[in-house]
Amino acid sequence: MKDNNRFNLENIKRINIILGHYGCGKTNLAVNLSLMLAKAGKKVRIADLDIVNPYFRTADFNSMFEKEGIELVSSIYAVSNLDIPAITFDLEAIASQDGYLIIDVGGDDSGAAALGRYKNIFEKYKEDIEIIYVFNKYRMITPAETAECLREIEACARLKATAVVNNSNLGLQTVAEDIKNSFEYANETARLCKLPIKYTVVPEWIEKEIFGDNVIYVKRLVKAVWE
Amino acid sequence: MEKCLMKGNEALAEAAMRAGCKCFFGYPITPQTEISAYLAKNMPKRGGVFLQSESEIAAINMVLGAGCTGTRIMTSSSSPGISLMSEAVSYIAASDVPCVIVNVQRAGPGLGGIQPSQSDYWQATKALGHGDFQMLVYAPNSIQEIVDTVFFAFDKAEKYRIPVMILMDGLLGQMMEPVAFPEYNYTPKEFDWATTGHNNKREHNIINSLFLQPDVLERSVDARYKRYEKIIENEQQCEVIDVDDNTDIVVASFGASARVVRSAVKMAHEMGIKVGTIRPKTLWPFPEKDFKKLIEKNVKHILTVEMNKGQMIEDVRLATECKIPVSFYGRNGGTIPTPEEILEQIVKIDKALKGGEIK
Repeated sequence: MKDNNRFNLENIKRINIILGHYGCGKTNLAVNLSLMLAKAGKKVRIADLDIVNPYFRTADFNSMFEKEGIELVSSIYAVSNLDIPAITFDLEAIASQDGYLIIDVGGDDSGAAALGRYKNIFEKYKEDIEIIYVFNKYRMITPAETAECLREIEACARLKATAVVNNSNLGLQTVAEDIKNSFEYANETARLCKLPIKYTVVPEWIEKEIFGDNVIYVKRLVKAVWE
Repeated sequence: MEKCLMKGNEALAEAAMRAGCKCFFGYPITPQTEISAYLAKNMPKRGGVFLQSESEIAAINMVLGAGCTGTRIMTSSSSPGISLMSEAVSYIAASDVPCVIVNVQRAGPGLGGIQPSQSDYWQATKALGHGDFQMLVYAPNSIQEIVDTVFFAFDKAEKYRIPVMILMDGLLGQMMEPVAFPEYNYTPKEFDWATTGHNNKREHNIINSLFLQPDVLERSVDARYKRYEKIIENEQQCEVIDVDDNTDIVVASFGASARVVRSAVKMAHEMGIKVGTIRPKTLWPFPEKDFKKLIEKNVKHILTVEMNKGQMIEDVRLATECKIPVSFYGRNGGTIPTPEEILEQIVKIDKALKGGEIK
């Protein structure tokens, strides 16, 4: 099964944990991944595990999830404007259910701290889990700093990432050249992280022929009022 | 210059370090916390001092103390935290100590909410603290403008020995946009007023805001107001777009709401409405020179759009000598007006004008 994303959905594991440095685009990727899977007819759950940021989080997209048949699992405090770092659901029970599970984690090591307590659960499903470390070159962070940030995140999450994802972009102004200019950076980051590049994320408005396989085309879901 | 993608708060923090800011004192509050978080992480690596104080009151008093040395100092907070700082801001102004204060506004009054607002316009421009004093207040409306503002905010603070406020809002603080940082090399300056140790080579420099003799205090305030006159003359900044002799309506707005206004105005142009925009980039001094020009251009109506209950209206009326009718549209409480809502107001005014009826 291969959709127009030029990315083989069979390569996506049942459970995807999305980690990354602050503001690297984790939520946008998490929501896009769940949309892709849902459109391919898969049962999808998306868990909002962000305990750091009360803004721009997965739970903001609930009405879209309802339309697409995606089940949102989130804290009762998400989108309440209450800045409360709580997780009010049972991730173990959710992980044991059939279907895909996308887990959107808060940024940096402070966000990854929410994962630490689930170490035992994740061990149980080891074969089914992809732990993705997302980075964006344009977030003013060097490959060495990106790799260092991963080590801090892994220490807090008590988990090791299994792959990196290149999500280098300049928001709405991203052009094909910006993506091309990120490849060298991505390779260096992957080398320092000692992990394979699972795929490159490309905004949907960029021509589809330019890049090879292992590209996921995404919508930009977080928008300003005036856009 | 390579572009990078940054949140408004992060870009401001990065720009401050590049502008030579050596000390930051602050206390975290949403939606401003990324400024502190970014500086906590990066400032010590670059030879600066980051200190999280026990409260906003402590932070701003540290700004006063450290600012007496002429070092580039900054603090940031959000609305309720800024209110807490007000006493010491008055002391800073009275002591002629330069510094930069950032307010990433959230909705008030009271503890309010964490969504964006512009309801601290009065506080910033009229009275952040007791006594006769002013702050220079900048209101950028994009991440790039935030960055550019930071650089000259420090320059102006030193030039006029005045606290400078960068008035943002939660929307600008939290949103991400591509940004480039200008080349800038700051060499710390020696100031003849700074309390940096006299080394037996000069008299003591004393920085103080207590003047018990009325005539002495009056002279000190009057001297400050002489500097304010220069600021009013030289530092007004304003952006005027699509305004010519045929413009009927001008929409006045600042900061993030000006971004929404531009979208609304583009839609109005497609409907053939003659509408332009005016955006104060300095809120004090209010850009009255540019507003006065609207009188000469025979503008028929001004609509102010703000994320508050209409705090800028009086300044617009005064600057246009009450010669142009001014109406207001705004949302508050953390709600952001949509381009469609603003368009509706523009259309309503346009109809009234064409019907010969001016509100």
